[in-house]
Amino acid sequence: MADLASEVIEVIAKQAKVEPAKVARETELADLNLESLDSIELVFALEEKFNIEIPFNANEANSAGISFTTAGNVIDAVAKLVDEQKSGKA
Amino acid sequence: MNRVVVTGIGVCAAPGKNAAAFAAGIKSGHSAIGPISIIPSEGLITKIGAQVLDFDPNAYFQSGKLALYDRCTQFALVAAREAIAQSGLDFRAGLGVRTAAIIGSGVGGQTTLDENYLRVYGQGAKRLHPFTIPKLMINAPCSHITMEHGITGPSFVVASACSSANHAIGVAFHMVRSGMSAAAVTGGTEAVFTFGTIKGWEALRVMAPDTCRPFSRDRKGMVLGEGAAILVLETRERALARGAEILAEIIGFGATSDAGDIVLPAVEGAAGAMAACLKEAGIAPDAVDYVNAHGTGTTANDATETKAIHMVFGDHARRLAVSSTKSIHGHTLGAAGAIEMAATILAMRGGFIPPTANFLAPDPQCDLDYVPNEARAGQIEIAISNSFAFGGHNASLAVKRA
Repeated sequence: MADLASEVIEVIAKQAKVEPAKVARETELADLNLESLDSIELVFALEEKFNIEIPFNANEANSAGISFTTAGNVIDAVAKLVDEQKSGKA
Repeated sequence: MNRVVVTGIGVCAAPGKNAAAFAAGIKSGHSAIGPISIIPSEGLITKIGAQVLDFDPNAYFQSGKLALYDRCTQFALVAAREAIAQSGLDFRAGLGVRTAAIIGSGVGGQTTLDENYLRVYGQGAKRLHPFTIPKLMINAPCSHITMEHGITGPSFVVASACSSANHAIGVAFHMVRSGMSAAAVTGGTEAVFTFGTIKGWEALRVMAPDTCRPFSRDRKGMVLGEGAAILVLETRERALARGAEILAEIIGFGATSDAGDIVLPAVEGAAGAMAACLKEAGIAPDAVDYVNAHGTGTTANDATETKAIHMVFGDHARRLAVSSTKSIHGHTLGAAGAIEMAATILAMRGGFIPPTANFLAPDPQCDLDYVPNEARAGQIEIAISNSFAFGGHNASLAVKRA
């Protein structure tokens, strides 16, 4: 799982235009100035990279049980969706 | 300055394929949003929309003409025929050159674009039908209205995404008001249901999976709709002289730009458009009875628009009726302002206040009277209708009972 975590962090860092070392599990996306279009571009980048569908709706703080508050939330959500896809549920 | 009145209304939208059926649909509060069925929904995440169902183009058009008419042109022509017939104006008897045709559309011939791209990119077609370009061009609906009715004055399409139709009606209103044109055929049209377009909307992450619940708690975003509405405008003087039935009077138009975010709305821009509209109409805020809101059902729009209404109307905001008929006919994008103006005038004439359908419970950020779920009996004397577009284009129109 460590590989996936660092890959997700790399995607987040690229979107936020910061060094990956500046992004930890506790880092809040809002503190990276990921707002509005940035956050949906991030969702798109993650879907493309991991070939998953993230049920993210900008109108809901918590779409389908997925919170996008911290980098750790994003890592956990991607890990869960990748697992589901491997087991054929996605 | 001329006073400008409406003497014809035509509608072809999800709640009804003519103005009377549409008005009954709005009054019923029954949402015309349902499962997408006019295109295959396999592969779509967004599976709901407000479609013009059972629309048979052959019932309206000769097959030779249809080869040139995208679905958005078909809707516009159907609505224009109804509006012009109601007005009783004959543009071929000399009036045509003094008449403008100003139509709003967000994108234009999306079905034609989508089908033809599929052919060349997806299916390896070596050539496309020769009418591909004249059929898909965004100005086609306007051109075909001029051709079918002999309108030879100024004509063009206004594109400002979800504000297109309000801008179109506003420009047409000013043209008649100033005397540049004696009459105008104006409104908006959009036919958004293509696979490619819906995938694009899905990617914005603003589409509701359940339904459109403007201003309500637990609203989850917008729902697309399709259709057209067309108005005939003319000087009040001309309408009175020829004994035409005056349906309503357009009294003000206000427009601003946010010059901010490409998708996020701004309170100041929205408030500025409403304030400019009231100023041009020469009315105090407390003269307004009803606001047909932009009310898309997104968290951002509805909270922002509520704040903007408070800013413009002050204490009177609490006494205003505010509703979003998008809950009934969907978000028709470039046609929205026209369909919503039609809903507003028809409600004014029908003695009711249009409801906001699908309303669950009040949201702390939205604290006005949204006329939840059921139309209310009441006489609207003066209303404003708002459109606030992606790109920060804001446009409000004011209309008065005739």
